[in-house]
Amino acid sequence: MEIIRVHNLVKKYDGLTAVDHISFSVKRGEIFGFLGPNGAGKTTTINILSTLLQPTEGEVYVNGFNVITQKNKVRKSIGLVFQDPSLDDRLTAEENLYFHARLYHVPHDEYQKRKEEVLRLVELWDRRKDLVKTFSGGMKRRLEIARGLIHHPAILFLDEPTLGLDPQTRSHLWSYILKLKEEKQMTIFMTTHYMNEAEYCDRLIIIDYGKIVAFDTPTNLKKAVGGDIIIMESPEPQKLKSELKQKYSLEAKEENGGITIEISNGKTFLPRLFDELETKVTSVSLREPTLDDVFLHLTGRKIRDEEASPLDRLRQHHFRRHR
Amino acid sequence: MEFRRTVEAAAAIWQREFIRYWRDKTRIISTIIQPLMFLIIFGTGLRSTLARGNFGLDFVQFMFPGIIAMSIMNVSFFSTISTVWNREFGFLKEILVAPISRISITLGKIFGAVTIASIQGFLLLILAPLLKIKLHPLNFPYLLLFMILVAFSLASLGLLIASLMKTTESFGLMMQLLIFPMFFISGAFFPLTSVPWWMRLLAAINPLSYGVDALRQILLRYQTSGEALKSVSLHPLAVNALFLLIFSTIIVMMGAIAFNKKN
Repeated sequence: MEIIRVHNLVKKYDGLTAVDHISFSVKRGEIFGFLGPNGAGKTTTINILSTLLQPTEGEVYVNGFNVITQKNKVRKSIGLVFQDPSLDDRLTAEENLYFHARLYHVPHDEYQKRKEEVLRLVELWDRRKDLVKTFSGGMKRRLEIARGLIHHPAILFLDEPTLGLDPQTRSHLWSYILKLKEEKQMTIFMTTHYMNEAEYCDRLIIIDYGKIVAFDTPTNLKKAVGGDIIIMESPEPQKLKSELKQKYSLEAKEENGGITIEISNGKTFLPRLFDELETKVTSVSLREPTLDDVFLHLTGRKIRDEEASPLDRLRQHHFRRHR
Repeated sequence: MEFRRTVEAAAAIWQREFIRYWRDKTRIISTIIQPLMFLIIFGTGLRSTLARGNFGLDFVQFMFPGIIAMSIMNVSFFSTISTVWNREFGFLKEILVAPISRISITLGKIFGAVTIASIQGFLLLILAPLLKIKLHPLNFPYLLLFMILVAFSLASLGLLIASLMKTTESFGLMMQLLIFPMFFISGAFFPLTSVPWWMRLLAAINPLSYGVDALRQILLRYQTSGEALKSVSLHPLAVNALFLLIFSTIIVMMGAIAFNKKN
């Protein structure tokens, strides 16, 4: 049932702890997500699961094999799509696949069959004879996915699969991934820092500074936020805040000039609020919580803020050197 | 089974190196033009000014084998040290996560480099008639043997360095401290028979000096007087071959261990 099992995993680089005692397990056939800002430890975790990095401490089993002592068996079980493109752009699309198939010892007639299948799946069959350097970013990513599938892995790892792609290509890619999950019963392990992408996952880990801050289904995580979110604008924000506190004991947050409250069952609360409210309100909007709100709720920061913080840049720099 | 898989994976890596080389026509042309420039500018320049003395050899002809060796060195080093930036640009990862033994990666890389370097060396022989060097058919097996040996030693050395280096920045330093001195003290520009003791010592551990020495003796043996050739040569061919063989065996093992350890 469990296809990946991680127990007390730690990874340190020269005193900096990138992954800090994390434990989790992934079920066969699910889409499992790792969500967090850059430098949170996502890529490090994938690199350990795929045998590219040695863990400092802890036990990791992938498809039943130990990542330290049974490296080749782990490698045979997985397909990888890296964050940075890892195609040879001086070879054609087909040659990249052929090279991969040889490294994974796919029998030749099997390869011929699967080549057509995966290239059609990612809609690159017509471009198979073209050099990869003539491909766009989205085509390269699709080819990498095709390559990751040609040896029929039990688990497909996707490290930021849609990073740097335009929204259209991104949603296209996602329809492939979901199709794959259906057709091949494949387990998909992915990392992302796009919240809307994380919604596709069956289960999700939110990771921050190398630690797991939450682990649940996207729906449950959103429930934990405390319901719906109401954003109001008012010429007298301070007065509005104190009135909300007095009347409903609601702790309102001020954000970009708007007043935000979290409340369960916002739809029925809104009419009541406008009957009773004395402070003038110029606009109001109601929305259901997103994973952005979950991250904000759990860590007190927005996921995007991270990219600007100097400490994070330092970490990122540090990571890049060791990758 | 395990052995067959190792060979199969090494062959795949070898083939990729070869396709990449063959497709990159500008690289092929530039690696011919660069030695040609050396020969024309250095060769003619030195021949008409400094290298006129009681040398007994035409200076451009003297330099030619050294230039071939330089070209082989460049290709061998470039192909293997490129694993460092392959690592940064990602493709190496594709190889590293594949279920293949590390030794097949090492072998595939090194044999790829040896093949390309030897082709490059043979391509340069086209220039021989321009320099009035006769290409005797009997020379070819010897030339091939030594080109392979030189390429093998230097490709192994390149892989060892690549496995010890952390970043591409250290590559520049490596060039200054290793590749240039290796070339300068290889006997390509001047005979090593009458240099100071320290330079002879450095030459004695420099695989390139054995390669240049051997290539020169082979290429010029049917057209220069034996005396003159002997006066600029260091060792008999067999000694050169033996040194290169032992050197590359030791280095390839060290390289394989270092590569294995790092990845």
